[in-house]
Amino acid sequence: MPEEVPSRNPNRRTFINWFLATSAGAFLLAVLYPVSRYLVPPPAGESTAATVTLPIKPVDVKPNSGQIFKFGSRPGILIRTPAGELRAFAASCTHLNCTVQYRSDLSHIWCACHNGHFDLNGKNIAGPPPRPLDQYIVNVRGDEIVVSKSA
Amino acid sequence: MRMGTLEQHYKKLWNWLDERVGLAEVEKLARKKEVPVHRHSVWYYLGGMTLFLFMIQVATGILLIFYYRPSAEEAFESVKFLMAEVEFGWLIRSIHSWAANLMIFTLFIHLFSVWLLKAYRPPREITWLSGIGLMGITMAFGFTGYLLPWNELAFFATQVGTEITGAIPVIGSFLLRVSRGGEEVTGATLTRFYGFHIAVLPALTTLLIGLHLFFVQKHGMSVPPSVEQATSSKRVMPFVPNFMLRDMVGWLAALAILAALAAYLPTELGQKADPFAPAPVGIKPEWYFMFMFKTLKYLPAHILGIEGEVIGILGFGVGGLFLLLVPFLDRRTARGEQSHLFTWLAIATIVFMIVLTYLGYTEVVTQ
Repeated sequence: MPEEVPSRNPNRRTFINWFLATSAGAFLLAVLYPVSRYLVPPPAGESTAATVTLPIKPVDVKPNSGQIFKFGSRPGILIRTPAGELRAFAASCTHLNCTVQYRSDLSHIWCACHNGHFDLNGKNIAGPPPRPLDQYIVNVRGDEIVVSKSA
Repeated sequence: MRMGTLEQHYKKLWNWLDERVGLAEVEKLARKKEVPVHRHSVWYYLGGMTLFLFMIQVATGILLIFYYRPSAEEAFESVKFLMAEVEFGWLIRSIHSWAANLMIFTLFIHLFSVWLLKAYRPPREITWLSGIGLMGITMAFGFTGYLLPWNELAFFATQVGTEITGAIPVIGSFLLRVSRGGEEVTGATLTRFYGFHIAVLPALTTLLIGLHLFFVQKHGMSVPPSVEQATSSKRVMPFVPNFMLRDMVGWLAALAILAALAAYLPTELGQKADPFAPAPVGIKPEWYFMFMFKTLKYLPAHILGIEGEVIGILGFGVGGLFLLLVPFLDRRTARGEQSHLFTWLAIATIVFMIVLTYLGYTEVVTQ
């Protein structure tokens, strides 16, 4: 291959190349930075309330049954044990975040997605869930059920 | 030695791609393309600039979709969230809004320069038709996009704008219902406009821009008749890289103006639309609809027993049709003769648009 003819003014060429490359780079950064910041969602105004009053009356929760309620933006599950005690847990399965349900036939909590089982204390007893469900504190004040996060 | 191997790798990659994509043909085409050089060459940059602004619209539009929610309940709040909470959200929206306005501005200049330089003469009639189609689509983009933030001004502008289509004889009430998605401007209108704005119109634009560019490529740049007749020697410059680099300088200038406008005059959001509140004082359409809005205002309620508005709308309809058919009506230019009539018609149109736009912005609103 024939040798490239050296440019008559290599300094000038080098400078222009450098100048164009840095300008293009700076331009690209000036576009990419705002766009990448834009794409990251701002922290959602998530409800940080630690207590919620349920729209459910204590008498409507029969023994050996359970129902889902809203705790901020997450689901919770309120159950009445066959013995008659009210308990509440975070309803998001600790395995892959499906919402659990109460199985009256088994008398415990069950996740339909991957057959995870939790006992009446929220402890994982069978299937893939790695951890117990988070437990909430339930207080009955007259006609109202108040659920709060423990600690 | 190192340079040599790098070059070999590059050559290998080129050959590999060439066998599969046909790079050599593209290169040959690019090398062959030339741009005429004469005293009116500056007008060649406006079409490319419009295309550049359109590409900015596509990019910023996609970014806006990530946060926008197209319903009457959530649209305003989602834009407010975008402006107030999302980092650089105000910038992306301002760029989208300003680029839209600049794009319509450069499109108008492109249109009138093509008209005045008679670039539509044979064999470029279809290029003109596709260009007028693109103008119509661009204005539809503006009209549908204006409503999306669901603020007071947009709501009433859409109310008035769609009401005008209702005045068209015979098919008016049908068009009104189709454009509004019902009898009134509601959340259904918003959803419909959103669909048009982000799906229907972009698809049509892609198709027409493809056609438009294909024809421009096929026929090359038009040389104005005055230049063609005056000089026998044709000066040209290669498209790659000479004209392309100049084009990019134009794009950079457009970008600089856009950035300055978006940063120093960010687009506002205003008040949330309330269908049961009275129209705000000083309600105006977008500036590129102003001349039509103002003309309709000037027309008396009745002309020869027909509603003034109907006459006005029919007038603009005929005007639009005339504009579309300019290459076929201008027989003198087609024959290679001078056509002063069409030059004056273009100038009259420009003057009419500027004067009525000026009057529209300077009128005292309370009278």
